[in-house]
Amino acid sequence: MEEKKEGMLTPYRVLDLTDLHGLLVGKLLGDLGADVIKIERPGGDMARDIGPFYQDDPDPEKSLFWWAFNTSKRGITLDIESADGQAIFKKLVGTADFITESYPAGYMDRIGLGYDVLEKINPGIIMVALSPFGQTGPYKDYKDSGIVAAALGWMMDQFDDTDRPPIWIGGHPQTSLLGSMEAASAAMLALFHRGTTGEGQYVDVSIHETVSRGASAYRRAVEEPPSDKTDDKADDKEDDGSPFLRKGRSGGGTFVNPTMIRRIWPCKDGYVILLWWAGPNAKRWNSPLVEWMDSEGMAGYLKEVDWDAFDWRYVTWEQADQMEEPTLAFFAKHTKAELLEGALKFKAMVYPVSTCEDTLQNPQLEARGFWQELEHPELNASVTYPGEFGVFSEAPAVVSRRPPLIGEHNKEILEEELGMSAQEVLALKQSGVI
Amino acid sequence: MPTKVLEGIRVIDFTWAFVGPQTTKTLADCGAEVIKIESATRPGFWRTMGPFKDNEPGLDNSFPFGIFNTNKLSATLNLAYPKGVEIVKDLIAKADVVVDNFSGGTMDRMGLGYEELRKVKPDIIMLSACMHGQTGPYNTHPGFGNQLTALCGFSHISGWPDREPVDLGAYTDTVAPMFNVLAIGAALDYRRRTGKGQYLDMAELECGLHFMGPQLLDYTTNKRSANRKGNYCSYAAPHNVYPCKGDQEFCAIAVYTDEEWEGFCKVLGNPEWTKDAKFSTLAARKENETELDEKVSEWTLNLAPDEAMDLLQAAGVPAGSRKLQMDMQTNNPQLQARQGFMPVDHSVLGRQNVRRPPYLFSKAGYEMRPAPLIGEHTEYVFKEILGMTDDQLEELVIEGVIE
Repeated sequence: MEEKKEGMLTPYRVLDLTDLHGLLVGKLLGDLGADVIKIERPGGDMARDIGPFYQDDPDPEKSLFWWAFNTSKRGITLDIESADGQAIFKKLVGTADFITESYPAGYMDRIGLGYDVLEKINPGIIMVALSPFGQTGPYKDYKDSGIVAAALGWMMDQFDDTDRPPIWIGGHPQTSLLGSMEAASAAMLALFHRGTTGEGQYVDVSIHETVSRGASAYRRAVEEPPSDKTDDKADDKEDDGSPFLRKGRSGGGTFVNPTMIRRIWPCKDGYVILLWWAGPNAKRWNSPLVEWMDSEGMAGYLKEVDWDAFDWRYVTWEQADQMEEPTLAFFAKHTKAELLEGALKFKAMVYPVSTCEDTLQNPQLEARGFWQELEHPELNASVTYPGEFGVFSEAPAVVSRRPPLIGEHNKEILEEELGMSAQEVLALKQSGVI
Repeated sequence: MPTKVLEGIRVIDFTWAFVGPQTTKTLADCGAEVIKIESATRPGFWRTMGPFKDNEPGLDNSFPFGIFNTNKLSATLNLAYPKGVEIVKDLIAKADVVVDNFSGGTMDRMGLGYEELRKVKPDIIMLSACMHGQTGPYNTHPGFGNQLTALCGFSHISGWPDREPVDLGAYTDTVAPMFNVLAIGAALDYRRRTGKGQYLDMAELECGLHFMGPQLLDYTTNKRSANRKGNYCSYAAPHNVYPCKGDQEFCAIAVYTDEEWEGFCKVLGNPEWTKDAKFSTLAARKENETELDEKVSEWTLNLAPDEAMDLLQAAGVPAGSRKLQMDMQTNNPQLQARQGFMPVDHSVLGRQNVRRPPYLFSKAGYEMRPAPLIGEHTEYVFKEILGMTDDQLEELVIEGVIE
């Protein structure tokens, strides 16, 4: 295994007790150099059952969900509810700087490993608890999943076709990743605070609060909304049957600039995204594409639009159609790759709707050396992973280890680091503690 | 006044649009002194973007500006003048962190690149956040979060398999600021330990891709590109958003485990259909999911969204009513109980309810101060921090360096 380079967090140790909702926290701290010990229940974490799987083999060592969020960690198994398991955990707490956990609210207290207990062992410990709704409040015991958090957190407000239920981002729960990111950044803020005060602390991170972010941003959340109804075309449209479908337009209306025109456009081999802007920057942001279309003789009606005066509030459906027509025709003529190339040349904000295949071929990521190969010797394979989340001049973020196998570092950590005897470790194994 | 975690840290803020201001808002809400460098003649994005108070455009009238810039200070300075650049460098010499989110290379062209700033403050931490990063062939390509969300691959996997991908709004704009705060926080500790500052080159694309990890690995190992699946999830059923009583009312329901399925059936009163072999195991439910969804909808249609949520949650089943933005503050007992939004009184905008960071510290707190009027703290910054006299200040105003 590759030696870890000096990272920003190299001196620190993280005990990672999270489940599928919080695995990303430890992964990122590990990328920053921390010694992250993933503590799984004996037999392995349930997140290992989540697909897709390497070569479609549903083996807990081959979950790609697990792989994605457990690089840069070592791993042990430990039953933290058992007396022996708690004794070992407490020893580890004495050597650690952070604990991350995502159990239901209050669970750690109930099993006797609450912050009050652990801070007595190590006053500098920073305990970051990620939970669906936070540790307090009327919903604290409510359960979460990606779509539940997205629904409650307004994320599904804008993205529904009127004849089907609202949707949010597909795949695994994005909302938990958002919560994990907040937890990781909160851990760093608490670390800074420890640097100035010498004290650790408990950090209560709510996924629900994390995703409820946009709610106050715009007019509707202002306590006294402005009364001028000319700004309310979005509302008028909703009264107008199902405009997006009637017009064959995809979802994504927004309250800010009630655009009446699609944003995702079919092209020759897939889709691209392009927003026609209004407002003070409309000319600057729209003109490059119009010039480019014009250079191929395809700008049509768009050449006549006075962008300085362009305001969605006064655009009629007919005008929107007139804008849409040449845009559709232009994109239909080109592939995603051609459109990106042209966008770069003309500085037009046209981007491909990438598939994962497209992403792996993105020249920018290639040029920045984003992808990182990790050896999986037990599979005799080398796997390409997303790499550094930022490029840092002094202490790089490095994806330093492939994800741990179940109990891979039990011996290394319990025997070599905690000084237990081989016999003691064997006894723990036999009694199901590890 | 509560103790705040970043007390004592000074941040010079050149940010605009969404990612930068959200990054520095977190720093400011956590107690850092964040000084926005603004120009009245070339005002930033949100100063000129509505919705505005009384629908009247004006630099201090933007509601979104008010929301993205709480707890920050504003000083005006025209950086087109060499003197403006010199003054801002003097300020940076007394700061800890500099944040910008221009497209790649812009700060260099303004004479404010990292190498220049190091000369005036050797241990400065500088974070530049942009779409594609500071290097590489796309580094100056303009874009916004909507486009980056498509480029990262989120749009392609979102929506219905028989329909077009969905514009998700500026999703990655909400992801990147947290990576930025993480990097700044780690760099502050690294500086404390080693005395070294550093340059943090953040690309929204690269941050966003970490949220696509399983799908990307599915491609790199299995050569499979993920596609749209509506609300379906391979390891849960029911897993969808169901229509409830009323117009456009919904409740999301997710059943992962056998235990949750039992709880779900019990809430429905264990009707006959739930005992059918078609629905008794997860594999069977996945196979008959369309029919399952119809059955679930028959039940949810008789209930208000909150009713369905509360009944299911009481039985240990993940469920959540679909909320609209307008509901969030008035109709959410959880956010209200934890003060997820805090009121601020802005002298022009009136009362705004502003989001605090979504975490509570046991040994520190929050305090919300309204977003600054443009130039509100110019005098404080140049007199108190840089020690200028009234005469010097006046001269700079006359020269147009301070606006």
